Amino acid sequence: MNSARWEDVTTNLADHATTFIAVWGERNDESGAVNLAVRRKGERSIEIVSRSAPDSHYPSVGRHHPSAILMERVIQDVHGLVADGLPDTRPWLDHGFWPHSRAGTSYNFKPAFGPGVHQIPVGPVHAGTIEPGHFRFSVNGEIIIRLEARLGYVHRDVLGLMRGKAIDDAATLVGRVSGDSTVAYAFAFARAVEQALDLAVPARASALRGIMAELERLANHLGDFGAICNDSGFALLNIHAAVLRERILRLAALVFGHRLMMDFIVPGGVLRDLNEEGATALKSGLPSVLAAFGRLVDLYEKTASLQDRVVGTGRLDPAVANLLGCGGYVGRAAGQDFDARRDMPYAPYDGIAVRVPVFNSADVDARVRVRIAEIHESVRILLSLLGTMPKSSIRVALPNDLTARSGSALVEGFRGDIFAFVRVCGGRLSDAFVRDPSWFLWPALEAAIEGNIVADFPLCNKSFNAAYAGCDL
Amino acid sequence: MRKTLIESLFRGKLTEPAPHLSDEEKSALIGTMNRLAQRRFGRSLAIRHVDAGSCNACELEIVALNNALYDLERFGLKIVASPRHADVLMVTGSLTHNMGAALRLTYDAMPPPKWVVATGDCACTGGLFAQSPVCIGALGQLLPVDLHIPGCPPHPAMLLRGLITLISCLGDVAHESGRD
Ligand code: SF4
Repeated sequence: MNSARWEDVTTNLADHATTFIAVWGERNDESGAVNLAVRRKGERSIEIVSRSAPDSHYPSVGRHHPSAILMERVIQDVHGLVADGLPDTRPWLDHGFWPHSRAGTSYNFKPAFGPGVHQIPVGPVHAGTIEPGHFRFSVNGEIIIRLEARLGYVHRDVLGLMRGKAIDDAATLVGRVSGDSTVAYAFAFARAVEQALDLAVPARASALRGIMAELERLANHLGDFGAICNDSGFALLNIHAAVLRERILRLAALVFGHRLMMDFIVPGGVLRDLNEEGATALKSGLPSVLAAFGRLVDLYEKTASLQDRVVGTGRLDPAVANLLGCGGYVGRAAGQDFDARRDMPYAPYDGIAVRVPVFNSADVDARVRVRIAEIHESVRILLSLLGTMPKSSIRVALPNDLTARSGSALVEGFRGDIFAFVRVCGGRLSDAFVRDPSWFLWPALEAAIEGNIVADFPLCNKSFNAAYAGCDL
Repeated sequence: MRKTLIESLFRGKLTEPAPHLSDEEKSALIGTMNRLAQRRFGRSLAIRHVDAGSCNACELEIVALNNALYDLERFGLKIVASPRHADVLMVTGSLTHNMGAALRLTYDAMPPPKWVVATGDCACTGGLFAQSPVCIGALGQLLPVDLHIPGCPPHPAMLLRGLITLISCLGDVAHESGRD
């Protein structure tokens, strides 16, 4: 518990020498503690600093670094720890409806003033089949002058439920933090547990994890590609892309036995192997999906009315992307050259030179183009993994260790890097934390949407495709 | 573009045949719909979906129903934006306290007669989150549920079977008094 180091690291965040990963709280009976995870630019390891919160107070990280503000509001709601100097102390997850709520049910949105300025409230129930959240637009005519997102509607207390569980049961829960990233979450969690227990995973298990993770990325990017085109009013591409997404999901079901590959990555390895038949199906199916996708990309690029909607829309200032620490397609579309698979490599990517697409135009189009490039790259990685499958077991037993240990990991999900932290003791989880990339995408969306017209919001929102469940936890 | 369109015209349709449902299967799914009375109802239903605490995987599979292979709309089933246009409320997730009020409002905004479908293990039973201090749990604790579609997440084919069961039962019978 090091308070001098805490000050040191938080001040460095303000200098942008380090990238903020997460801040989260703990509470054991009466005493509280806070943890801060950062990565130094260019370095390959994560630094975690912890400090106590005497009398439930600690110095705020958010006062130096805006990305931490929402997380510190969560710490305040869930653990009752107060961040001194936090610029925004409104409750976040606590909407006043829990049996143990401390907050009331009213909420003060940030004001916007000026002649003709009015507000449009949207949600939590939206028009489409998507997750719930509230958006408050302050608009002048058609122009959005401020967007404020209010989330927390799908807070299920996943982390609280994980605490005290046997490691395997906790893995099932972590696979349901955000269903579209179930593989990536299970992967991050497994690696954090393995780091804590100092456990090496068989090579074949790592390769299989890579295959599942890339299939998940492919399915999501294909779905997003179609959905973004759909929100620009070009339904044809969505129909074709949805069929390609379905083909990937069916390949996953054929090869591993579940469309989303839920619950297959566990600490110690994986639960499903790949047989000859499955490998052949992937080797022939993936190039054919890619060929069909090439035709859609051609259409995307050559349809002027579509290009007119996506180019220049929802531009995110690269300086803001850098400040917030945005990863994934949002960060890479705005000049942020980071991909955990390449920059903090882990098996099986340590043996593959992952190519990372980076654009600077930072608009909807750039976010689509990052996805297009990543779809190609994922297929390349998949074929390379399939061509070099090691022969070994696919799972090792976890050591029955009674000492308390902790571990962490960063895994590149389709949206960006997912962070996982665990404390384990005697085969059980004494504490866990996971951070979705969307924590930084929501504030980035609020910034990017300023000056756009209301009618472009669905399009911009889809190009960010930030998770609700992933942040609400 | 022309090439893509022309090819699509000549390739033949991607849509797969409708799932066959045995009587036992129908009665298993519809077990809770004993409040139905004899009256005709059209073979078309508008569905409003609400995520009341899902991990979003259930949503992914509901969205998949609209792809060309499952093609939900050929059964007269349509996912609509407004609860005021909806006959069926399809709910996913473990019913968080934070979504309780919004879900109730959505249900109340639907004109009668109306039906409620608990979709996925979370909505059916509370699933893995049944014990959560911030969740209400099974959907049945808040709304009268007519159909349960289990699964985590339910396979799109399973969702189709459930919804077809619902529409085929409503084809012969409709809701008893009190809710219509
Ligand atoms: S039933 Fe499973 S897939 Fe559906 S919301 Fe619950 S955890 Fe997610």
